[in-house]
Amino acid sequence: MANTFRMGGVHPEPNKLTAGMKIEPAALPKQAVFPLSQHIGAPAVPCVQKGDRVLVGTKIAEPGGFMSAFIHSSVSGKVAKIDTIVDASGQRKPAIFIDVEGDEWEPSIDRSDKVALQCDMAASDIIDKIRNAGVVGMGGACFPTHVKLCPPKDCKIDTLIINAVECEPYLTADHRLMLEYSDQIIVGIRIILRALGIDRAVIGIEENKPDAIELMKMKTAMVSGIEVMPLKMRYPQGGEKQLIEAVTGRQVPPPPALPANVGCVVQNVGTVFAIYEAVQKNKPLFERIVTVTGKSVSNPCNLKVRMGTPVSQLIEQAGGMPQDTGKLISGGPMMGRPLLGTEAPVVKGTSGILMLPEKDAVRREERNCIRCAKCVQACPMGLEPYLLGTASENADWETAEENWITSCIECGCCQSTCPSRRPLLDWVRLGKNKVNGIIRARNAKK
Amino acid sequence: MSPILTAVLVLGITGLVLGIVLFVVARKFAVEEDPRIGQITGLLPGANCGGCGFPGCAAFAEACVKRDSMDGMKCSVCKSEVMQQIAAITGHEVEAGAAKVAVVRCDGSCENRPRVNFYDGASSCAVAAMQTGGETGCFYGCLGCGDCVGACKFGAIEMDPETGLPVVDQEKCTACGACAKACPRGIIELRNRNKLDRRIYVCCVNRDKGPVAKKACAVACIGCGKCVKACQFEAITLENNLAYIDFEKCRLCRKCVDECPQHTIHAVNFPPRKPAAVAPETEQSAVAPKAEAAPNPVEQNS
Repeated sequence: MANTFRMGGVHPEPNKLTAGMKIEPAALPKQAVFPLSQHIGAPAVPCVQKGDRVLVGTKIAEPGGFMSAFIHSSVSGKVAKIDTIVDASGQRKPAIFIDVEGDEWEPSIDRSDKVALQCDMAASDIIDKIRNAGVVGMGGACFPTHVKLCPPKDCKIDTLIINAVECEPYLTADHRLMLEYSDQIIVGIRIILRALGIDRAVIGIEENKPDAIELMKMKTAMVSGIEVMPLKMRYPQGGEKQLIEAVTGRQVPPPPALPANVGCVVQNVGTVFAIYEAVQKNKPLFERIVTVTGKSVSNPCNLKVRMGTPVSQLIEQAGGMPQDTGKLISGGPMMGRPLLGTEAPVVKGTSGILMLPEKDAVRREERNCIRCAKCVQACPMGLEPYLLGTASENADWETAEENWITSCIECGCCQSTCPSRRPLLDWVRLGKNKVNGIIRARNAKK
Repeated sequence: MSPILTAVLVLGITGLVLGIVLFVVARKFAVEEDPRIGQITGLLPGANCGGCGFPGCAAFAEACVKRDSMDGMKCSVCKSEVMQQIAAITGHEVEAGAAKVAVVRCDGSCENRPRVNFYDGASSCAVAAMQTGGETGCFYGCLGCGDCVGACKFGAIEMDPETGLPVVDQEKCTACGACAKACPRGIIELRNRNKLDRRIYVCCVNRDKGPVAKKACAVACIGCGKCVKACQFEAITLENNLAYIDFEKCRLCRKCVDECPQHTIHAVNFPPRKPAAVAPETEQSAVAPKAEAAPNPVEQNS
């Protein structure tokens, strides 16, 4: 029996339409747009000006603080302007616009296909390289990777967990990456192990990807310390805390505790690939795999996309937007965010573009809570979503805080199981934001 | 002795003894409350709206008595005569602040601001503001979920189903500021009532550059600065592509209203203009209904 996490979770339809589609390169955009906040933490600060010429891989923005990341150009051309754009968050944010001219790469980037196996660098050099390449968590949260690889001094790390679960329905970017770049991923894992100074890594893969499990098992058979663990299919297994529990049986205490407190570091398989490219090939993070999919999309596909490419171009490559599209989502159907328009650019955290048909997308009318406790059963964090939802609807932030609203991982299980179609996650998100603000203000006062 | 008599006697004596104890205790440990607190609480409206910054009317009354001066102490609901009475009780001077009213600075009706999106999340402006940019191309304007209506304790604000915007009933509005606090976009502002409730204000808070703002909303402020030039009293400032009229400096001359190419500046409760005005005829006719548009729904409500 395969492992999984203990409580909660749901079983959405997998709908992995693109699991068998090879990764294809996406066409270069005419103009690439780079929002300055593509990661958690402070927005980056532009280090180019209007009219500057840049190459593929040129740094265009510097970190705006410790918790921040570099941004590199994914195209060669001229900086057209530094203006604002509506990004995937639905807000208007500052961004750098670059007009594409040709495709000229920085000479330092190794563009050969050969897998570079050897890495003898010191841990600090590896982390420095990762930082300079602007690598962030590719699972969707976009946590700066170099910060994650420097755990607090008092935490002893013993296990590196590779998140290859991809529990979100529809998305297949990580799945395809494992099938097509398995050697690079193994090297990437060895680099992270070296950076952390440990010797045990576990790759967690859900059972609905038997081909990936088999391939990774075969590739890791000869490598000591790396183990592949098939996991039972269940959403949200790709959540950091759920994955740690599924793989090691350890439970991460509520915030402000980190996974490092239980001796684990979790990295997404996409991040591992980005780390490989950054360290072995000197290639900054400016490309990623994006699944463009939807039930009525004529040509759903997995694309290797340069960051900054407008979503409209990917949709075109997938055969255009279907007539019955009700919602355009960046990411998966569970945790993705609705896009306000097709001009939003692909950023570091864009794992998929999903076109949901009208009948699947529209929320039905909300009714009263009938106290069936389905949300409580579904919550993978053991919270009481109905209570948190009501507390934040009534602006009762004390109750929300006492009931651990800050532990919510915003997976949306509660909302998807609610028979009264209550917008629980919306309210809990609001409450979590407010309570986090209150806690920050309180800590600042101390 | 019959059991009934015993019961009556026991209960009677117990009651008498406990009564005496209670009387003594009440006398000995009586808390002396300043009688003025009760008087002031009686004068206050008792709505506990929190507009004064205190948790309720009683807390405000207590603070009035305890403080050395009435600086910054103002019940926005009370008329100035009532404030004078309160000041007389406490023995301090009270500044005669101008009466204010909540003003909705957004004219993004369904007609002016086309819907480009569809929001079907929780019906709360706070949630909508956090999760998306709203249903229109304007990222600053009214979200239309009615958080301000829920916040008003006086029933002075209502959503107009036709425009999808909140409308303030100027008769009922007490300027407690609850709606302004509740609005996540900050479109509601407390402005001076002035004589005859005449007000001139920029009915927009969009800080986007001109073309972007204009694309999102037909009546958005584009930051052209024409009103700034037109104003003789330096009451208008232009910051972040948005004009703002300082209501303390504004002399209600209405020059800016004529000048605004977007008809973003609203003048409410003014009598209709005489035809012989400075501005050309065509522009005049376009401006006049605009100026009248705002007070009309209010009159219907009140």
